[in-house]
Amino acid sequence: MSIAGNSLWIDARTRLLRNRAATASLAMLILLAFACVFGPMLGGNAYDRVYPDYVRVPPSLQAQPTEDLIAPAVERIASRLRARATDISRVGDALKIVLEAPRAIDERSLAFFERSDLFEVARVMSREDGGKRLIVDVPLERNYFFFGTDGNGRDLLARTLIAGRVSLAIGLLATFVAISIGVVYGAVAGFAGGRIDALMMRAVDVLYSLPFIFFVIMLVVFFGRNFVLMFIAVGAVEWLDMARIVRGQTLSLKRREFVAAAETLGVSAAGILTRHIVPNTLGPVVVYTTLLVPKVILLESFLSFLGLGVQEPMTSWGVLIADGARNIQGNTHLLVFPAIFLTTTLFCLNFLGDGLRDALDPRDR
Amino acid sequence: MLGFVFRRFLSAIPTLFVVITISFFLMRLAPGGPFDLERPLEAKIMENLQRAYGLDLPLHEQYLRYLGNLLRGDLGPSFFMRDFSVAQILMQGLPVSMALGGGAILLALILGATLGAYAAMRQNTGADHAVVGFATAGVTIPNFVVAPILQIVFGLSLAWLPVGGWNDGAIRNVILPVIVLALPQIAVVARMTRAAMIETLRADHIRTLRSLGLGARHVAEHGLRAALLPVVSYLGPTAAALLTGSVVVETIFGLPGIGRYFVEGALNRDYTLVMGTVVVVAVFVLVFNLIVDILYALLDPRVRYE
Repeated sequence: MSIAGNSLWIDARTRLLRNRAATASLAMLILLAFACVFGPMLGGNAYDRVYPDYVRVPPSLQAQPTEDLIAPAVERIASRLRARATDISRVGDALKIVLEAPRAIDERSLAFFERSDLFEVARVMSREDGGKRLIVDVPLERNYFFFGTDGNGRDLLARTLIAGRVSLAIGLLATFVAISIGVVYGAVAGFAGGRIDALMMRAVDVLYSLPFIFFVIMLVVFFGRNFVLMFIAVGAVEWLDMARIVRGQTLSLKRREFVAAAETLGVSAAGILTRHIVPNTLGPVVVYTTLLVPKVILLESFLSFLGLGVQEPMTSWGVLIADGARNIQGNTHLLVFPAIFLTTTLFCLNFLGDGLRDALDPRDR
Repeated sequence: MLGFVFRRFLSAIPTLFVVITISFFLMRLAPGGPFDLERPLEAKIMENLQRAYGLDLPLHEQYLRYLGNLLRGDLGPSFFMRDFSVAQILMQGLPVSMALGGGAILLALILGATLGAYAAMRQNTGADHAVVGFATAGVTIPNFVVAPILQIVFGLSLAWLPVGGWNDGAIRNVILPVIVLALPQIAVVARMTRAAMIETLRADHIRTLRSLGLGARHVAEHGLRAALLPVVSYLGPTAAALLTGSVVVETIFGLPGIGRYFVEGALNRDYTLVMGTVVVVAVFVLVFNLIVDILYALLDPRVRYE
């Protein structure tokens, strides 16, 4: 029987899996990410399709149009045909409508039914009275708005999922940018030491004391309201903490024997950094990454809330929440659904980050 | 003591200078200008405007001129809000932001420290878990979600408090914004106090107190004093940020604070207004860091002014 030693990572994984809050969060996050990435592909409503007849529909599990929407819609179309709907009866998923007018009804105008979001193509069943009385068969167009629709008549479920894609993508990519800059900067500063280190960290201190919002807004102003450049901007602001953490780690790592051994063997500085220093700082980097993702998502939402972030018709949770906050009176669903998605994500990421910290930080064992 | 304060004060000046310099050039290098309207101005008018505000000078001259004016306490005229000087705008907005931020800081310190200490004294009980849960919620739920929800509940459904507006600082108008500002800070302070308190309660001097038969109240008092150290250093920069206004809270509640000027000023290229706000914020940050250092020395006798 051989005894296998456990590496730090295997140890950490067992500890993480034992943490119920963290594993539940991880599962929830995977579920959310799947819903956002693949949900819109399942053939629901398109996120940017406008349904002019369904503006601010409340959330409902029933198919639209509901009974109370049908009669006024038929009236509206009938008046455009210069006719009156004298009888509307429902046969399964279709309507039988009796239209009466003082003059013969132009049957081409029946296209108004099709143009509406509520009905499919109308078919004339019978003509009476020289075309002054028509009986038409109009199938209902079935639509589901589980989360309701927004002020422009767009499906909120589709928009929330697409927004999730954007928010998660920005969260991950901006974090990646921030971590990359921070790790390289911190490792170089710590490894170089001396005057270079002092100078590099002084620059970080100065950037810290710049009013943060100002800095972000200036970057957005510089780069325009561009989707890709925005998360680079966000990443460019968030790397400071990472640089400090990695520098601290590097300072203690570079005095260790294995670095000295590599130096004696003639490994170049770049080689030592990539092979020995950076991999050994990964523990705190991983922990900080999980805690940075929610921060970045929040920052993106904040920028979008101010109207500086993602632009219409693209959307993110921040945009949706800003829209919901403007329409709280009577349309709470516009705020509630995106807010639930955003806060759930942030909650899970925080629990996961805490769990990872406990799992990877040997001091707290 | 005085010498220490003075020396710290002097060392803050270079930082302030660098911040002002970076902000100045960052702002000026951004594309666009304060007089770029949708319908472009006539060339002659534009030229006159530029000259009147000294924007036709070379950039480094403008910079030196701005620094000179700043030393005399002149923040210049606002480009966008005509007929107002930046100083006037800031003097109007700052009291609003400071009132809100001050209330939030007080609330955060009192409630946060109490909750944190309470949880730490009863570690791993239901009360402790409740505080930790609340703290996580407070940190994760963004203020632009909390604010509209509070508006719905207390402003619209219950109709206890006004939904927004400043109303000359009437208490009823201030309650909701202060709560929104304070919630995340209460959460952070509670978390930090709890963590620090748990550590302190294991320390030797607390064990000695316990063995001498002191009651829980006295133990908590002594523990809290030591546990508050990290909280104080956290609250310094936070207080500076809160007192200089929050864009989100001021926008949602329609309050005339200075938090909004950052965003509005930067988007309108109102150079002087943005610079004025940057200077005010930077001064607040530096002053509060100084206050933290002094408080630290008062709370922890081991810290000495060298």
